[in-house]
Amino acid sequence: MSSKTPERKFIKGNEAIGYGAIAAGCKCFFGYPITPQNDIPEMMSKAMFECGGDFVQAESEVAAANMLLGAAAAGVRCLTSSSSPGMSLKQEAISYMAGSELPAVLVNMNRGGPGLGDIGPAQGDYYQSTRGGGHGDYRLLVLAPATCQEAYDLTMEAFDLAFKYRNPVMILGDAILGQMKEPIIPHEGKKVDDNAETWCLTGNKGREKRLIKSLFLEEGALADQNRNLMAKYERMKAEIRYESFETEDADLVICAYGSIARIAKSAVRKLRAQGKKVGLFRPITLYPFPDEPLVKLAEQGKRFLTIEHNCGQMVDDVRLALRTKVDSDFFGVMPGELPNPDDFEEPILKSLEG
Amino acid sequence: MAEEKLVFEPSEVLIDRPTHYCPGCQHGTAHRIVAEVIDELGLAENTIAIGSIGCSVFLYNYINVDAVEAPHGRAPAVATGVKRARPDKIVFSYQGDGDLASIGMAEIMHAANRGENITVIFVNNTVYGMTGGQMAPTTMIGQATTTCPGGRCEEREGMPIKMSEIIGMLGGVTYCERVAVNNVKNINKAKKAVKKAFQCQVDGNGFSFVEFVATCPTNWKMTPIAANERVEEELLPYFPLGVYADKLAEKEGK
Ligand SMILES: Cc1ncc(C[n+]2csc(CCOP(=O)(O)OP(=O)(O)O)c2C)c(N)n1
Ligand code: SF4
Repeated sequence: MSSKTPERKFIKGNEAIGYGAIAAGCKCFFGYPITPQNDIPEMMSKAMFECGGDFVQAESEVAAANMLLGAAAAGVRCLTSSSSPGMSLKQEAISYMAGSELPAVLVNMNRGGPGLGDIGPAQGDYYQSTRGGGHGDYRLLVLAPATCQEAYDLTMEAFDLAFKYRNPVMILGDAILGQMKEPIIPHEGKKVDDNAETWCLTGNKGREKRLIKSLFLEEGALADQNRNLMAKYERMKAEIRYESFETEDADLVICAYGSIARIAKSAVRKLRAQGKKVGLFRPITLYPFPDEPLVKLAEQGKRFLTIEHNCGQMVDDVRLALRTKVDSDFFGVMPGELPNPDDFEEPILKSLEG
Repeated sequence: MAEEKLVFEPSEVLIDRPTHYCPGCQHGTAHRIVAEVIDELGLAENTIAIGSIGCSVFLYNYINVDAVEAPHGRAPAVATGVKRARPDKIVFSYQGDGDLASIGMAEIMHAANRGENITVIFVNNTVYGMTGGQMAPTTMIGQATTTCPGGRCEEREGMPIKMSEIIGMLGGVTYCERVAVNNVKNINKAKKAVKKAFQCQVDGNGFSFVEFVATCPTNWKMTPIAANERVEEELLPYFPLGVYADKLAEKEGK
């Protein structure tokens, strides 16, 4: 522990992500402007040079994601950030990075879709983030912060996780998280030895040449690679994180993540004050999804309501987790609308009464 | 019987293995030139190759340097990422014309315009080789391919794109030359161009680009010899060989 008391910073969620990346030793940032995440490339354009790294405003999200691929192959901690339409363009490179087992961190500050949609908060990219999004069988570790402090902490950890599993890691936020300001306490985190020197490209001085690729043509080679990847995604299950709030004696558990979980938490507090037995279960890792703790709650006979800022996506994972025990009701906030806690009261009470 | 005399040894950077290229394909010659240059400049242990999509995706099987595979067209962006992460390494991409002049047009233009200190080897065989001979942006007017069976037509498909002329115009480009390997003289010139391009990067002078006008006998449906003749008679008049940018010579007042 450092003897100095850490200085509190009053910053936006987007900036918290940037500071988290810098603290994690990020040395390269590649991006392309899109609202509501522009604060990230803007601050990184200065920060990367200050830390002796590099920043490129790419010609497109496609290029930015491929620059990330290159820097990752060179073994350097690197970051890109974008929002929904931009994330769609990055998918090809993400699939290649997953296929070539390259560690990199990607931020998606989800906005409303489909198409150009709007620039407001939404959670419509849940499927894209947790199911691969690009082509082929692959998964990303997906972390969904709900506060600025968590945005800082999880971004920092995302780099360690990326290197631990040699896999892309995504931070999934939205316009609420990105644009709101909260005090955070920066810290140094744990410094993990990432072993990049054992596999990355540096020129083959004094060793055999190395090849980083995702093309496997020899018979059985791709099948083996896919088996390796699947085994790795299984191992990632050790990383599940979630928050349980007032779930112990709850009759109804609300499942929600990210910014919507914070709004739902306010609704839970309010209803608790009225004596209603409701609680909140908030997945922090969206992949791997925290099935087991959810099943435990189901075994205690609780009912479930999933609240999302979309037309119903995470509710599939909730239902998959609960399938043999009980179902989950669903209430969707349409992308393009911003709810307040009172809006959740009616669906919560309906689910509570069954 | 006359005694055999060893004139030169194969480059150490070139891996000794059976080729997967068709007979008469000039990817092999281009590979060899790149390998010899890397060898002669002593760069082998310090170089990172960016493979692209197309028949040349297996470049990394023939050249003994570290390598990473890029998605179709994106090699200049991947090269940018590698070079920004490791500015002390020599980074080059190797791309076909479908890869570089079609799907990857944005990436090559912007990497060139930024003046990335990388080297791009561009092999223009006027056709998509690997996927079976479809029309490329460089396909000649009247040239029949599987997707323009009646021959490329200017009104419908536009004129073949001249990449060296375009790249040579961009502000960030230090060195740009178009070469061919259809005869010994041109092979020697091609090697000089590639050497100059890598040297440009070694000296930190910025973006260098070498376009090879090359054959694809298989998809041209020609014998290797006829394909080589086509290069001289039909391609070189439209894709003239020569230097399209040389800021180093300008600086030296040449
Ligand atoms: C995104 C994407 N689109 C299409 C393809 C299919 N594809 C593979 S090779 C190729 C053509 C490459 O042609 P060229 O760059 O001219 O190289 P050549 O094979 O002639 O050397 C295409 C279209 C792909 N791999 N990825
Ligand atoms: S198809 Fe054409 S480019 Fe590909 S290996 Fe054969 S000759 Fe060469």
